[in-house]
Amino acid sequence: MELKSTRDAYGDALLTLGENPHVVVLDADLSVSTQTSKFGARFPSRFINVGCAEQNLMGVAAGFAIAGKIPFASTYAIFSMRAWEQIRNTIAHDKLSVKIAVSHAGLTNAPDGASHQALEDIALMRVIPNMCVIVPCDAVEAMCAIISETSRKGPAYIRLNRSKTPVIFDEKYHFRFGDAVPLTDGDDLTLIATGTMVHKALEASDILKKEKISARVINIHTIKPLDEGAVIKAARETGAVITIEEHSIFGGLGGAVAEVLAEHYPVPMKIIGVRDVFGESGEYEELLEKFGLTTTNIVASAREIMRRK
Amino acid sequence: MCDETEPMITTNDISLLEQRARTIRKHVVNMIFEAGTGHPGGSLSCVDIITVLYFAHMNHNPSDPEWVNRDVFILSKGHAAPTLYATLAECGYFPVDELLSLRKLGCLLQGHPEISIPGIEVSTGSLGQGLSISCGIALAAKMDIKDSRVFALIGDGECDEGLIWEAAILASHYKLDNLTAIIDRNGLQIDGPTEKVMRLEPIAGKWREFGWHVIEIDGNKIADILGSLEEAKQVKGKPTLIVAHTLKGKGVSFMEWICAFHGKALNKDEIRLALQELGGE
Repeated sequence: MELKSTRDAYGDALLTLGENPHVVVLDADLSVSTQTSKFGARFPSRFINVGCAEQNLMGVAAGFAIAGKIPFASTYAIFSMRAWEQIRNTIAHDKLSVKIAVSHAGLTNAPDGASHQALEDIALMRVIPNMCVIVPCDAVEAMCAIISETSRKGPAYIRLNRSKTPVIFDEKYHFRFGDAVPLTDGDDLTLIATGTMVHKALEASDILKKEKISARVINIHTIKPLDEGAVIKAARETGAVITIEEHSIFGGLGGAVAEVLAEHYPVPMKIIGVRDVFGESGEYEELLEKFGLTTTNIVASAREIMRRK
Repeated sequence: MCDETEPMITTNDISLLEQRARTIRKHVVNMIFEAGTGHPGGSLSCVDIITVLYFAHMNHNPSDPEWVNRDVFILSKGHAAPTLYATLAECGYFPVDELLSLRKLGCLLQGHPEISIPGIEVSTGSLGQGLSISCGIALAAKMDIKDSRVFALIGDGECDEGLIWEAAILASHYKLDNLTAIIDRNGLQIDGPTEKVMRLEPIAGKWREFGWHVIEIDGNKIADILGSLEEAKQVKGKPTLIVAHTLKGKGVSFMEWICAFHGKALNKDEIRLALQELGGE
């Protein structure tokens, strides 16, 4: 299986988007890591490095949006949170078309440790009115989502990763903002996954099939606005839901799904994510193992939820 | 120069601008009295600056607020919203009648500037953000080789915000000579004199060291404001900062240099006296 990071896809997407003279890219001194340096080399007059100043990154990007440009603002996911209030009060409140495309989300900045990992960002972005949250599951979806976002008005938080992860989709894939993507059929339970956890959910579903547990897998690339209809339908048809995300168990995909199901169709549910702790240094796969973001844990959780049905 | 086809004034008639400023001040105290809350001190201190910008300096068009070649004004110290609202209304962006609805439920005129109000470029109120946003607009204008200029009015207390300095180094680095920042240097912030709460001096020196062209003026003197804006226009290769020394509460004697009027509305007796001093209803 081909491996590619979603940040690499972002770098490639920007080169394509650079043909659009309205596209402007801003970075805060991490342009090699976020891959915006490729755009900077090709389109230097439309690339702005603000230095390591994330609040200013968001403010300047907002100014570009007001002036009619389509700014992409990039840094590490965790450091974009430093500008949460700028994002809330200016970008989201005024519905400015600033595309906040951040890399190294979740645990993917593994060796750097807790200070450089972001496990709270989906929650922090999701709570802001007008903000849309997109978490692509592979390089193809990332490419499609980023290109699609240039023609959608309004702000977006696009969560990208450093680690090379399996490419799930092929070139025929069509990204539709806000739509859940059903990946496998199943009647016994539903695995709702986002980002890097989607391929693990698929692996888990294969294992469960051998145990005669039929797990439906749904990829949620748009966490906000959530495809509530798809979530409710899955709960109704399978009677149990497990969410899986490389994020805190609080306020992320699990929170979003739980909010919908609690109001509309409560079923047994399990939220797989990082359980209210900070990350630490290590190899990426080691960290996933330590925090239970593994195929094995998904399979075990599926067995457990089947007993609760 | 409110409207190219029908200029609101034809000369920089200082006494006419002073009259305009008095009218705006009357609106401001009335608006805040009617609302029962607001920030009169810092609204009155910057009346002359905003009056000169809108009635004698900026290219803008009230009948077409989004005119692409307009100059852009950002009120980074968003709590002076009443002054900007009164100015926009007097320019014709929306009816003067709207002014007394300030801060009321469902009204157009929110407590701090909102993008939904005609003539307001971006919502502000959270300090420090306006200068950063202005840098983005100025960069975009340069990218598009447009002549439009950007003006950001910031508070002196607002300079405590780190973001102001992030924006200051960026504006200098990118040689944003189409950007003029104006500090409403009234010397008071909520908790007291700026030099007591968090020392800013030497404020002009700091900005000069950051690479800005710095002009110091009496920010309540129309001629000074006009002159400094003309000077800023001529400066090439660097942004300009105008340190406008003003009086908080300017125009109403019992409010001048009184810290309590930063965020306190006038009562019935005070509004009567204030309007008497400002000469009219």
